[in-house]
Amino acid sequence: MDVGAIFQAAFALVVGLDPGFLGIVFLSLRVTLTAVLIAALIGLPLGAALALARFPGRAAIIVCLNALMGLPPVVAGLAVFLLLSRSGPLGPLGLLFTPTAMIIAQVILVLPIVIALTRQVIEDLWGEYRDHLRSVGLEGLRAIPTLLFDGRFALATALLAGFGRASAEVGAVLIVGGNIAGYTRTMTTAITLETSKGDLPLALGLGLVLLSLTLAINAIAFGASRIGARYAG
Amino acid sequence: MIALPRRSVLAAGLFLGLTGVALAQAPAAPSGERFITVASTTSTQDSGLFNHILPLFKAKTGIEVRVISQGTGQALDTARRGDADVVFVHARAQELKFVEEGFSTERRPVMYNDFVLIGPKADPAGVAGTKDIVAALKTIQEKAAPFVSRGDKSGTHAAELNLWKVAGIDIAAQKGPWYREIGQGMGAALNTSGAMGAYVLSDRATWISFKNRGDLVISVEGDKRLFNQYGVMSVNPAKHPHVKVNDGKLFADWLTSPEGQKAIADYKIDGQQLFFPNAGQAGA
Repeated sequence: MDVGAIFQAAFALVVGLDPGFLGIVFLSLRVTLTAVLIAALIGLPLGAALALARFPGRAAIIVCLNALMGLPPVVAGLAVFLLLSRSGPLGPLGLLFTPTAMIIAQVILVLPIVIALTRQVIEDLWGEYRDHLRSVGLEGLRAIPTLLFDGRFALATALLAGFGRASAEVGAVLIVGGNIAGYTRTMTTAITLETSKGDLPLALGLGLVLLSLTLAINAIAFGASRIGARYAG
Repeated sequence: MIALPRRSVLAAGLFLGLTGVALAQAPAAPSGERFITVASTTSTQDSGLFNHILPLFKAKTGIEVRVISQGTGQALDTARRGDADVVFVHARAQELKFVEEGFSTERRPVMYNDFVLIGPKADPAGVAGTKDIVAALKTIQEKAAPFVSRGDKSGTHAAELNLWKVAGIDIAAQKGPWYREIGQGMGAALNTSGAMGAYVLSDRATWISFKNRGDLVISVEGDKRLFNQYGVMSVNPAKHPHVKVNDGKLFADWLTSPEGQKAIADYKIDGQQLFFPNAGQAGA
C-alpha cells in the first residue's frame, strides 16, 4: 500500500461528499461536541467550586478525579453498556445502541478532565488574586464567575483536551453504540470497521479526515481566544 | 487583572457555540419510526451482504434494520440480554441451545457457504492444494506452523475448535507458541495472519471481500466438513416483553421467503456468489 492511496482515499471521501460519509462526520461531531458541552456545563462550575471549597476528603476527591483522567474508554463503555442494557437497571429507557448512549459514555470520559483541569486553573488564579477579590467583596463561591472568566483561555485548553479525548476514542462508542451503519457509526468506529475489512487505504483516509477536522476545530478555538484576548485587553 | 462580570462572555463559550452550529447542521438521525435491531456476525456485515439486502427489505416493508455485528457467541448473548430483536448467526449447536433455553421459539436455516483454510503462499506446512482439512490441521500441528485462531467464541471459532476435535487433537492441551488466539473478528484475524505468515480458518464470504490479502492464499477448500450454515431466530417475547416480535418475525420471514432468498443469491463480488440460500432445506 502506498501513501498516495491514502491521500487519494481521503480526497475521494471529501470531494465525493457521499451522504453516508457526511452522516458519519456529522454524527461524530454531534456526539463529541454535545459530550464536551455537557461536560463543560457540569465540570466548569464543579471544578471551580472544588478549587475554592474546603471540606474533609477534598484531597481524596482531587486525587480520584486526576486518576479518572486515565479511565480506559473501554471500561467506561462497558459500565454504560451494563447500565443501559435491557437487562440492566436503566434498560427500560431503551437507550443502548443509540447516539444518546454514546454521548453518555463520552461525558463520563471528558468530565474528569474538565473538572480536574478547571480545579487546577481556578486554584492558581485564586492564589494570585485572592486579596484583590476579597477587597471588592468577592469571596467563596461568589468569586466563581469572575475566576472562570479570568481563566477562560486556560479553561478553553481544558475543554480542547476533553474534545481530543472524546473525538479520538473508539472503545466506548463501539460498545455502547454498536457501530450501526447510518445510525451510530462514527469516524473512529468506521476506521475500525474498514481496518477489519482490510481496506487500509480507506481506513487511513478516514483517519486523515478526522485529523483535519480536529485540526480545524483547534484552529477555530485558538483564533476565537486570540480575538477574545484583544477585546478583553 | 479582573474583568467585570457583565463582560463575562467566555472565550470558551465561542468554542461551545460551535456545538450549536454542529447540532443545527446535524441531519436528523434516521430515527426511523419503525426499526428493529439485529445482532449478527462479522461475516454478514464485513462481506457487504447487509448493504445489499437491507435496502430491499426496507423498500418493501418500511422497516429499518439496525445491525450490530459481533461474533456469533457475543451476538447470541446480546439477544439473551434483550438488546436485539433478531439474531442472524452461524453456529448451529449454539443456536439450538438458544432455542432450548427459550430465548427463541424457532430457528430457521437461511443460507450457507463454506469455510476455507487460508495460508501464506510460502506454505510452511506443505498443505496447499489438499482437500482434507483434518489432515491439513494435523500437519500444521505436527510441524508447529503458525496458526491464528479467532479465540472469540464466534461461529468460525466454534467451527475451528470442532475441526481440531475431529482431527483428534486436544488443542487446549496441545497448543504451543505456534497457535495464536487473538480474540478478534474475522478481518482482524486475516490482517494478523497476513502479517505473521500464519494459517487461519475463514468463512469464504469474508475472504472474498477482504482487501488486504498480501501473501495470503486459499490453502485448503472443498472438504464437506467445511460447511458453514447460517440461521435466523427472532427473540421470544416471553423472555423479553419489549422485543419487536412482529417486525422481527417479518424480517425472518422475508429472509426465508423466495424474495429474500433471491436477494441473498444475487449478492456477488467480482461475479462470485458469496452466500447460497437454503431456507427450504430440512435439517440445515
